[in-house]
Parts: sequence; structure tokens; C-alpha cells
Amino acid sequence: MKILVPVKRVVDYNIKVRVKSDGTGVETAGLKMSMNPFDEIAVEEAVRLREKGAATEVVAVSIGVQQAQDTLRTALAMGADRAILVLTEESPEPLAVAKILKVLVEREKPELAFLGKQAIDDDMNATGQMLAGLLGWPQGTFASKVEIVDGRAEVTREIDGGSETVSLTLPAIVTADLRLNEPRYASLPNIMKAKKKPLETLQGADLGVDLTRRLTTVSVAEPPSRKAGVTVKSVAELVEKLRNEAKVI
Amino acid sequence: MTVLVFVETEAGQVRQASRSAIAAAEKLGDVHALVVGDAAASEAAAAAAAKVPGVAKVLKAGADVLAHDLAEPLADLIVSLAGNYTHLLAASSAIGKNVMPRVAALLDVQPIPDVMAIVDADTFVRPIYAGNALATVKSSDAKKVLTIRAASFDPAPAEGGSAPVEAVNVTVQDTTSRFVSQHTPTSDRPELESARVIVSGGRGLQSGENFHKYLEPLADKLGAAIGASRVAVDSGYVPNDCQVGQTGKIVAPELYIAVGISGAIQHLAGMKDSKVIVAINKDPEAPIVQVADYSLIGDLFEIVPELTAAL
Ligand SMILES: Cc1cc2nc3c(=O)[nH]c(=O)nc-3n(C[C@H](O)[C@H](O)[C@H](O)COP(=O)(O)OP(=O)(O)OC[C@H]3O[C@@H](n4cnc5c(N)ncnc54)[C@H](O)[C@@H]3O)c2cc1C
Ligand SMILES: Cc1cc2nc3c(=O)[nH]c(=O)nc-3n(C[C@H](O)[C@H](O)[C@H](O)COP(=O)(O)OP(=O)(O)OC[C@H]3O[C@@H](n4cnc5c(N)ncnc54)[C@H](O)[C@@H]3O)c2cc1C
Repeated sequence: MKILVPVKRVVDYNIKVRVKSDGTGVETAGLKMSMNPFDEIAVEEAVRLREKGAATEVVAVSIGVQQAQDTLRTALAMGADRAILVLTEESPEPLAVAKILKVLVEREKPELAFLGKQAIDDDMNATGQMLAGLLGWPQGTFASKVEIVDGRAEVTREIDGGSETVSLTLPAIVTADLRLNEPRYASLPNIMKAKKKPLETLQGADLGVDLTRRLTTVSVAEPPSRKAGVTVKSVAELVEKLRNEAKVI
Repeated sequence: MTVLVFVETEAGQVRQASRSAIAAAEKLGDVHALVVGDAAASEAAAAAAAKVPGVAKVLKAGADVLAHDLAEPLADLIVSLAGNYTHLLAASSAIGKNVMPRVAALLDVQPIPDVMAIVDADTFVRPIYAGNALATVKSSDAKKVLTIRAASFDPAPAEGGSAPVEAVNVTVQDTTSRFVSQHTPTSDRPELESARVIVSGGRGLQSGENFHKYLEPLADKLGAAIGASRVAVDSGYVPNDCQVGQTGKIVAPELYIAVGISGAIQHLAGMKDSKVIVAINKDPEAPIVQVADYSLIGDLFEIVPELTAAL
């Protein structure tokens, strides 16, 4: 069983981005970039399935600019077997990403695709569901547990108020939530080994997919900032303020 | 213009998040509400949806295949109804986020998740980078597929309307996905997303036992919901659906009391639109203190019991 894992290069989760002063976007130049944290979880889960013998090959894919290579090398160092980079503009829309992934799925014929549930830059939380829709595959989103049983995927999902388990025929799409696993750190020997693993580069424009954006950004603004608060000295003062100033209790 | 809103109900009422989606839809045009379930559940849900003022018509889809809101048949159903509508909406709930992008893909549309404001029929405001920036985006798609951030729209009332109900002929089928089981512990506490007051705990609490011993009595006094940071959830102090943040629940209560929570970017993303924020933390430099209206610096194990007693 082959598993496809799309991974996205995003601004590192520790960094607080700034909106550009002309309101056209956020300042990303020179910022530390990393693999989207949810995608690390997806890679980890795929690699674990291969280590258990439930999967035979893990193929990492990234769609974006040349530097997304680094993200793919990270996936290879974590244990993915090979990688595919599809060159496009920076950060194509989920619809375009899903269409490109569909082409790759038709070529690679995996039985599972593991994605992150959302990318932490644009927080769209859409690509996995869209790929599932385009392929007509079942989807197990926001997964906190995945088991392959009798040729089906049993996926436990985080939902409002708790969790639920669904059983999906294969091939299927799974999107990883935070508690699916704790991704490993790549060891130095594995980082060295990853440099020799195959990484194929394709041109997005050659895949016969319409990448035209459907959304244009009119403006990007800072969220309204909160007015500065005060430090209270005692519980009594806090209760007094909440009662008489804020009037919330 | 007529817009379709997928509506969730619970215990005979339309969920607050769905009523926020209805309120958002009213800004766009006439509102048709879609409810689904097996025969009995869809009947009850239709009755609840019909009572929401602002709903012009209820579409009731009752069939066993729709009993568990599985994305595959539900998306096909919504797509089959889409022809009549300019906009398709749902709350940014677990179900909305699961289904609507699939609907969008089937319609060849780029969805717009987590809408916080509607500028006009094509233009919407949504958060990016954990809410550290707000993007105004304009869609060129003929149909728009939106999920609505509940905290950004005052919900439509639950009662007062009497919309007609129309049954939808359900022909969708699905054999790829099967519901197995659900684990949704019931609680007497208000839901996080609709609570007026939230008491939230983090790593500072140190254990689930301490949540029980320190936070629950405070929440009881305030009639509050209990929230948590990711660390508190990952450490097993509280169940996963308590998580507030970029990747958990987005909340905006009147009062949010953060106890032993540092205020990481990802946590702030979920609660910084709260009306009043209180931080109880031993570290005056913690980022939560910068967004809090009132901060009390000290040991939570002393402060929380004192506060509970003072209320
Ligand atoms: C300032 C700014 C301006 C923008 N302007 C526009 C604009 O004008 N028009 C517009 O349409 N969009 C715009 N965007 C959004 C941008 O195009 C997003 O990158 C895009 O919407 C993708 O969303 P997402 O990554 O959050 O997808 P999600 O659906 O959240 O991603 C989920 C998962 O899909 C997979 N995945 C997603 N992308 C990739 C990828 N590239 N390669 C491999 N796997 C992937 C990963 O497994 C990921 O975890 C803008 C963003 C910013 C910050
Ligand atoms: C992709 C991704 C998504 C994430 N999503 C979320 C999310 O949705 N929600 C979320 O919350 N986090 C999320 N996180 C995690 C986030 O980055 C932080 O790690 C987390 O919020 C920290 O939790 P905390 O504040 O409880 O713990 P800490 O940061 O360790 O803070 C504990 C605080 O308690 C205080 N304290 C300790 N003891 C006491 C005491 N006795 N009395 C008073 N104060 C005390 C300390 O001063 C400190 O400020 C995410 C991370 C990633 C990478």
C-alpha cells in the first residue's frame, strides 16, 4: 500500500507575522520557514504505518516554490521514501492544490493520502476535503487515530463535543489533527541519508490543470488591538472591577 | 438572491453556531435552511429550523444515509440542491468544516472558510495566520461556498418564526463511508461556543485532578463553560473538545478567565475577541497579561479558591 503525503512550507509556527504597511499582504521575507506542523503529523503517521508493515511506500509531495524542496527533505529525513516537488507560484489556492494532487494521485495510485487538517498560514482547512471530493474518495478529517482493518481505514475524528469513528473503504483521504501522534525529530544520520533519496521536480504548468485564482486579496489588515489592561492587586479588587467597571458578573 | 444554509440542531433547537450562520445569510438574501437526518430526526430538526425568524423556507432531507452527517452523502445532497442558490453557507463547526470544502470542490469553487464579515455579495473578511491578520478577499466564482465564524455574527433568535417546510426527495447514496461510533460525553455545563463566561486552564493547573478541584468550583459559581490550552488537553487533564485556539474552538464570551495559561499565539487566536479577559498567572511577563483587561499576578492555587469564595 502506497501513501501520498502532501506537505506545505509555511512560516514557522513560533513566529508572529506582521501585516505589510501598504495592506497588500503579510511580511514573510526573511522569516524562518518550516513544514506545516499538521503535515509533520501526517508524515509521522504514514511512516509509522510503513514501519508496522501496513504500508509499503511513503511519497511526500509539495506544491509551491523551489524552496519547498527543504520541506520535502525534512519529510524524507523523517522517513518518507521519495518526494515530488510541483513548481508553481507561492501558495496556490486549495482548489488548485487539490487539482494538482488529483493528477498526482492518478499517476501514483496511492491507497491513502494523509494531509494536515489545516495549514497554519492561511488556516483554510480545505485541501484534504477538496481532494476527496474531486476523486470521489471517502474522507476521514481531523483524525486522532487511524487503523487499517480488513482493507478499510478506521478513523477516529475530533468533532464538536467529543469524537466519532468512521470506517472508510480504500482508497481514502485522511487529514491529521494534533493528537494523532507526536512527530519524531529527524536524526542527523537520517538528514544525511535524506539528501540521497529521490526528489523529482515537475512544472505545475505542465500538468494540464487550471491554476487561476478564484480569490483576489482586496486588502490585509491588522486585527483591532485591545486597549491596554490593568494589573489588579487582590482578588477583592478583581471582583469589584468585574462587577462595577466591566459589569460582567 | 436566495441563499442556502446547512443548519445543525441539538435537543430540539437550532445550534447557536448555525443561528449565527443564518444571521450572516440574512445579509445576503432570502434564507432557505437545510436540515438533514433520518426520518424522525429530520422532522424534529425541521420543526426547530422553522421557528428561527429570518428563515423563509426549510428544506427537510430525511433518509438513513444522512443520519450521521457523513461528508460524502451530505456533500452530494447539498450539490444536488445548489442550482437554485447564489451562496451556500454553514457554520464553521466540525461538520461545516468537514462538508463545505467537499461541496466546493464538486462545484469547482474555491471555498471561503471562517468568514468574519460580509462586505458585499462577493467580498468577505477572514482571518489568516491565526488571526494575526484579517484578509478581505473577493471571489470570482459564480457560486460562493462559505463557512461562518459564529463568534463574529450575533445569532438569529431560536424562536419566533414559522417558515414553511418542504420535503426534499433524497436520492444520494454512499457506500464508501460508514459511521461506527460516537463518544460525546454529556455535561451540564454550557457549550464553549455559546457560553457567556469561560474559565480556562493551562499547564499551570498541573493535573486533571486540579482542574476538578480548583477550576470546576469557580466555573460552577459563574455558570461557566470550561476551556483549556492545548498543553492541558495533550496532557490529558481535560477532553479534547475543551481546547480553545487556532486549532481548537474559537470563542468570544463576555468574560474569559485564563488560569495558568501563558497566552501563546495559537491560544490567543481562539479567545482574543472575548469582551473581557482576566489573566491569573504567576508570571507578569506572560503574553496573556498583554491582552488581558485585568491581570492578577500570583499563585493560582491560592488565588482561585479565594476568588471562588468571593463570588
Ligand atoms: C497575504 C496573503 C494574501 C493572499 N492572497 C490570496 C489571494 O489573493 N488569492 C487567493 O486565492 N489566496 C490568497 N492567499 C491564500 C493562499 O493562496 C493560501 O496559501 C491558500 O489559500 C492555501 O490555503 P491553506 O494552505 O491554508 O490550505 P489548507 O487546506 O489549510 O491545507 C491543508 C493541507 O493541505 C496540504 N497542502 C496545502 N497546500 C499545499 C501545498 N502547496 N503543497 C502540498 N500540500 C499542501 C497540506 O497537507 C496541508 O496541511 C493569500 C494568503 C496570504 C497570506
Ligand atoms: C500547530 C499548532 C497548533 C496549536 N494550537 C493550539 C490551540 O488551538 N490552542 C492552544 O491553547 N494551544 C495551541 N498550540 C500550543 C501553543 O503553542 C502552546 O504550546 C500552548 O497554548 C501553551 O499552553 P499553556 O499556556 O497551558 O502552557 P505554558 O505555555 O507552559 O504556560 C503555562 C502558564 O502557567 C503559568 N503558571 C504555572 N504555574 C502557575 C501557578 N501555580 N499559578 C499561576 N500561574 C502559573 C506560567 O507562568 C505560564 O504562563 C498549538 C501549537 C501548534 C504548533
